[in-house]
Amino acid sequence: MSEFSPISIYLVISPLVSLIPLGVPFPFASNSSTYPEKLSAYECGFDPFGDARSRFDIRFYLVSILFIIPDPEVTFSFPWAVPLNKIDPFGSWSMMAFLLILTIGSLYEWKRGALDWE
Amino acid sequence: MIKMIMDTTEIQTINPFSRLEVVYGILWTLVPIFGLVLGIIIGVLVIVWLEREISAGIQQRIGPEYAGPLGILQALADGVKLLFKENLLPSRGDARLFSIGPSIAVISILLSYSIIPFGDHLILSDLTIGVFLWIAISSVAPIGLLMSGYGSNNKYSFLGGLRATAQSISYEIPLTLCVLSISLLSNSPSTIDIVEAQSKYGFWGWNLWRQPIGFIIFLCSSLAECERLPFDLPEAEEELVAGYQTEYSGIKFGLFYIASYLNLLVSSLFVTVLYLGGWNLSIAYGFIPKLFDINKAGKVFGTIIGILITLAKTYLFLFIPIATRWTLPRLRMDQLLSLGWKFLLPISLGNLLLTTSFQLLSL
Repeated sequence: MSEFSPISIYLVISPLVSLIPLGVPFPFASNSSTYPEKLSAYECGFDPFGDARSRFDIRFYLVSILFIIPDPEVTFSFPWAVPLNKIDPFGSWSMMAFLLILTIGSLYEWKRGALDWE
Repeated sequence: MIKMIMDTTEIQTINPFSRLEVVYGILWTLVPIFGLVLGIIIGVLVIVWLEREISAGIQQRIGPEYAGPLGILQALADGVKLLFKENLLPSRGDARLFSIGPSIAVISILLSYSIIPFGDHLILSDLTIGVFLWIAISSVAPIGLLMSGYGSNNKYSFLGGLRATAQSISYEIPLTLCVLSISLLSNSPSTIDIVEAQSKYGFWGWNLWRQPIGFIIFLCSSLAECERLPFDLPEAEEELVAGYQTEYSGIKFGLFYIASYLNLLVSSLFVTVLYLGGWNLSIAYGFIPKLFDINKAGKVFGTIIGILITLAKTYLFLFIPIATRWTLPRLRMDQLLSLGWKFLLPISLGNLLLTTSFQLLSL
């Protein structure tokens, strides 16, 4: 069996570990009377004001956009880094150029104030 | 003609055999999986107990003492209570997202246990991609948190989910760069190779001494990924009632609770594997491991010793995250993001470049 077969079986078992507890309360727990206040969103004792899915801070969005570039960068670095003793200097220096471009990019982000949260 | 019949009968006899072997193979992989799941559950119960006892010690109170000797069964009692609680869905929330969210967080963290070596080559699946699987799978957990924050339709939950996502994606990059430096040093991302690369020179062969900067960055980032106290903005009690878990009750809340402790345990195990020498005794005297290799009984004994050493290192390391919970104040959101993007990211990049140049020089 290949090296991934235990992981694929585990991939089936681990949802069961979290789904079985989710099913247990249904036969056992008592469904007591429900009234609107019990099921409404918690807002420090008030009736909730409006909908929660309104506008939110643009900076959360900005952080996730900034994340998109370094994440593939690191992902691409794994195949480069591991057989470092097997690739020639050209391979290692071309990766350095790749890292340099990304460093310049993040310096530009920093200077433009994309990383500031004020 | 006879030969052909022989061949076909041979094929017919081989086929059920191979099918049986596949079934046996699946059954034999189920045994370690159930062992692993059982071990993880017991490990989480032990962490909950440890955290309560240590917190009680720090705050000079008694802590759990009634359920079982020294209150060991307190966590189990709490879990059983949560299992029999009513299943509540917020009236204006999205029922599907609300229910799936905690499960996704638990599943993604549970999967990363499959590449941890608990003893000498005692691992569920020795992948050649190794730690990369952990990096890939652990990024799924914030999606579950965001889903539950959005599905609750509560302002606190929504903000908590957004904060959790922003925090974990910001600190994932320094974390990954540290792991990358470690796999550069060991020339392999496989966890077993990483541990074996640290097995020489005993205590002094640990990656902790070769990557001190990386270790500190890894510690900060894993605290942030676990949402432990200096970085627990997503569930800050004073600002957002409980963050993304405000609307949760019963076993769904319990699943979030389990997920946070699973995450703590897995990052502590990874610190042990990546920086603290894994299952090795880490004492430079060579005769102790050789004694175990004499016969098969010695091998079993050695495996048990390996498991005990891994767990001892892990649980001793866990004192640091538990103690920081009661000693360090919480950061603000801007401090959190500038620490991640303006301090840890450049330093971890520099650490990677330093490691690369050392490796290139030593070729």
